[in-house]
Amino acid sequence: MTLFLSVAIIVLIFVVIFQIAKASEYVSILKGEEASRQQNNKINGFLMVAFLVLGFVGIYVCNKMYYGKTQMAQGAASIQGEKVDEMLFVTLIITGIVFVITQVLLFWFAYKYQEDTNRKVFFFAHSTKLELIWTVIPAIALTVLVVFGLRNWFFFTGEPPKNAMVVEVTGKQFGWIFRYPGKDAIFGKKYYKNIDPATNSVGIIWDDEYSKDDILTEQTMYVVKGTPIKLILGSRDVIHDVGLTHFRLKMDAVPGIPTTMWFTPIYTTKEMQEKTGNPNFQYEISCDQMCGNGHYSMKGLIQVVDQEEYDLWMAKQKPQYFTAFPEKDPSAVPVIDSTAKKATIVKL
Amino acid sequence: MSHEAALHEGHGHDDHGHHEHHDTFLTKYVFSQDHKMIAKQFLITGMVWAVLGGLMSVLFRLQLGYPDASFPWLESILGKWAKGGQITPEAYYALVTTHGTVLVFFVLTAGLSGTFANFLIPLQVGARDMASPFLNMLSYWFFFIASIIMLSSLFVETGPFSGGWTAYPPLSALHDASPGSKTGMDLWIIAMALFVVSSLLGGLNYITTILNMRTKGMSMTRLPLTIWALFFTAVLGVLSFPVLLSGMILLIFDRNFGTSFYLSDIYVNGVGALSNEGGSAILFQHLFWFLGHPEVYIILLPAMGMVSEIMSVNSRKPIFGYMAMLGSLFAIAILAFLVWAHHMFVTGLNPLLGSVFVLLTLLIAVPSAIKVFNWLTTLWRGNIRFTPAMLFAIGFVSLFISGGLTGIWLGNAALDIYLHDSYFVVAHFHIVMGVASMFGMFAGVYHWFPKMYGRYLNNSLGYIHFWITMAGAYLIFWPMHYQGLAGMPRRYFDFSIWESFKQFAELNRFISTIAMIVFATQILFLINFFYSIFKGRKVTVLNPWESNTLEWTTPIRPGHGNWPGEIPEVHRWPYDYGKDGHDFIPQTTPVGEDETGTH
Repeated sequence: MTLFLSVAIIVLIFVVIFQIAKASEYVSILKGEEASRQQNNKINGFLMVAFLVLGFVGIYVCNKMYYGKTQMAQGAASIQGEKVDEMLFVTLIITGIVFVITQVLLFWFAYKYQEDTNRKVFFFAHSTKLELIWTVIPAIALTVLVVFGLRNWFFFTGEPPKNAMVVEVTGKQFGWIFRYPGKDAIFGKKYYKNIDPATNSVGIIWDDEYSKDDILTEQTMYVVKGTPIKLILGSRDVIHDVGLTHFRLKMDAVPGIPTTMWFTPIYTTKEMQEKTGNPNFQYEISCDQMCGNGHYSMKGLIQVVDQEEYDLWMAKQKPQYFTAFPEKDPSAVPVIDSTAKKATIVKL
Repeated sequence: MSHEAALHEGHGHDDHGHHEHHDTFLTKYVFSQDHKMIAKQFLITGMVWAVLGGLMSVLFRLQLGYPDASFPWLESILGKWAKGGQITPEAYYALVTTHGTVLVFFVLTAGLSGTFANFLIPLQVGARDMASPFLNMLSYWFFFIASIIMLSSLFVETGPFSGGWTAYPPLSALHDASPGSKTGMDLWIIAMALFVVSSLLGGLNYITTILNMRTKGMSMTRLPLTIWALFFTAVLGVLSFPVLLSGMILLIFDRNFGTSFYLSDIYVNGVGALSNEGGSAILFQHLFWFLGHPEVYIILLPAMGMVSEIMSVNSRKPIFGYMAMLGSLFAIAILAFLVWAHHMFVTGLNPLLGSVFVLLTLLIAVPSAIKVFNWLTTLWRGNIRFTPAMLFAIGFVSLFISGGLTGIWLGNAALDIYLHDSYFVVAHFHIVMGVASMFGMFAGVYHWFPKMYGRYLNNSLGYIHFWITMAGAYLIFWPMHYQGLAGMPRRYFDFSIWESFKQFAELNRFISTIAMIVFATQILFLINFFYSIFKGRKVTVLNPWESNTLEWTTPIRPGHGNWPGEIPEVHRWPYDYGKDGHDFIPQTTPVGEDETGTH
């Protein structure tokens, strides 16, 4: 019923507008083309300035309402993020100046030079000097932005410092898997045909000695504040994207082609909760590449903690090898025949 | 009376005269080879798609604005796609994908270029028709079949393709990765392949006609900027669409014939490990964006051309810097081919290669700035008539500035690495490519409607249409920049589980409401359009906008062949407005002896 009513109202509004428009056409014919054109010019000329003024008021209001909800207001949580924010600010200033100048000129000219039968238009077909000015000035401004941008770009995509902690991130429909290399700091090899969703979600080759202490976790990744984190990204099925809003970075996770990214977090999750005044604050990993119908729910978390807490957490983690082969787990089976263990391991 | 009859029933008597006899309904309105009729066919098919595509956006905005509400009427229309009156994620992604595909290709490519290239090229260069009217007809009918197939994909059991209009594999290549990647995707590819054929047939025709069929005196530098823009558009299309086609064919092979062009190391949930190894998922993105980026200019250039023309006519002033406008069109067309990888900064692209693409991308801002300042100077000290076409042209410039400037943000890789695939991108490309080109298209329709149908559109409805759409466009897309700066990713069905992104629920509701109002306003335009075709005020003068270009020297309702007698000869460029005290001097007027500098 409400649907019917609202449709009826909309139709009615259409009919009314249409009838008024038609009537105004008859009026303009009666008044004569010249007179009605002048009237239309006056109205639209006024609306041009009104639009300009209201537009700037609107931008102000919009900024007032929503700036506080953006990441800029909150501040970045990585050294990379701080550089991005700084660059956003510089770009905003430069493009903002151009925006204001051009929009003001556009609407002001439209208002100022609306048809006036007394004005003789200025036959002005070209001016090399003017054209050179607005070729060179943008070119200079852009050079500044390019230089600034590329310095950051090479820093972001360059090699991380030597002390970086490495975590492997694998996307799947629709979740994240994290692998830590364990004590040996080297990942065991993997091959996608070994994937077993229950015990070996990334397809680790267990015959590889380095794989024995690899640790797998899902959904939540722990990292240490102040330590450079290098992520090696991959995907099991379709292309995903590791979006780290608070660190101002993202990188695709592509099946078959590993990609990397690195960042240095500067606040722990707890510090960020205090800084933002939001006790529920979490560093969320959002999937930023369309990956299927569950795309919007593909969430991971990053717990940024200090070294102490990280060590505590790490101590509690059990190598995935023991999940895959519970009988090999020394903690689960306290007494074990060491000769039998060796015999079952098949070399690569 | 006889004079008027001659005005209305003008037919070509020389080379095309024989077409005029025995036109049946079928050859006149359906399988027409008259470029003007084909233009109208493109326009109206494009409008049908625009309504469908717009409606889709209203539906998914309904979900974004009111994620918790239930609309029982939705279930009665969409059935299982809106269980319990709420759009499902499957339906949401299908709507988003189809909205993008349809608007980019079927509306803003076929609907825009197809309409105005067909309509304006022969009329403005002074030709009786296209170089090959038959290929031209085929171009429309390939588009029509593509449309039917795309439409039919909406009705298959597993739904239309739902992996985004960019159709990245493996999602688009694996039948089991998503329900939309089953039959819906096959139909999508077939429709796109036919679409490419259509645009190639059209493009070759446009290029040939412009190069070979100009009337006497119409040198290349006397062409209206509309024609130049359409020329570069056609060149871009002819060079880039085949690359998309090859990408699509490889995709068909990967989907259905077991090849591994794009596939490697894949384990699909519930299916297991696939045998494909050695392919590259990124390869498709290179092929896609090698079309995809020129495509942006295929959409934008015709709008730029028409805006230049309409601005000059309605400012009663020559376009400022004709050669600079032409040079910047040329520069944009070249650069369009050299920037595609800026869509791929976060795919793991080699950083050095990325830096080259940053440089080339930001370089586009230079010719764009030239265009903007030249348009502004065209207005300066003019005598502006605010026809609805002129309003949309001014609106185009405003939107082009707003959306173009954010391109400088996104083209800089170090910022893109943060803003990529966020609402900032949605705001950027909707303003600069979507709405701006749509404004160009509206400007074109309002301006050339009298030539198309011999009647005027209703002015007042045009004004209402413009101001609501203009304000609405900014109200919808401006706040999205803020959502993007909050990191909100695009193509999300629901944000409620995200602590970082859920703060915009209220804003989303606002945007959705405005989107519905703007959509309703477009219906007003449709009413105006179809009503005016039959009942609009009749055009009684040959040249209602007092314009210099050739199309206004044809009869009010030109027949097939355009000019009843000889094709007029051209003596000057099309922008002699306000020269030597004359309001306007048509291109057909011979140069006077004491005239100052001529083109």
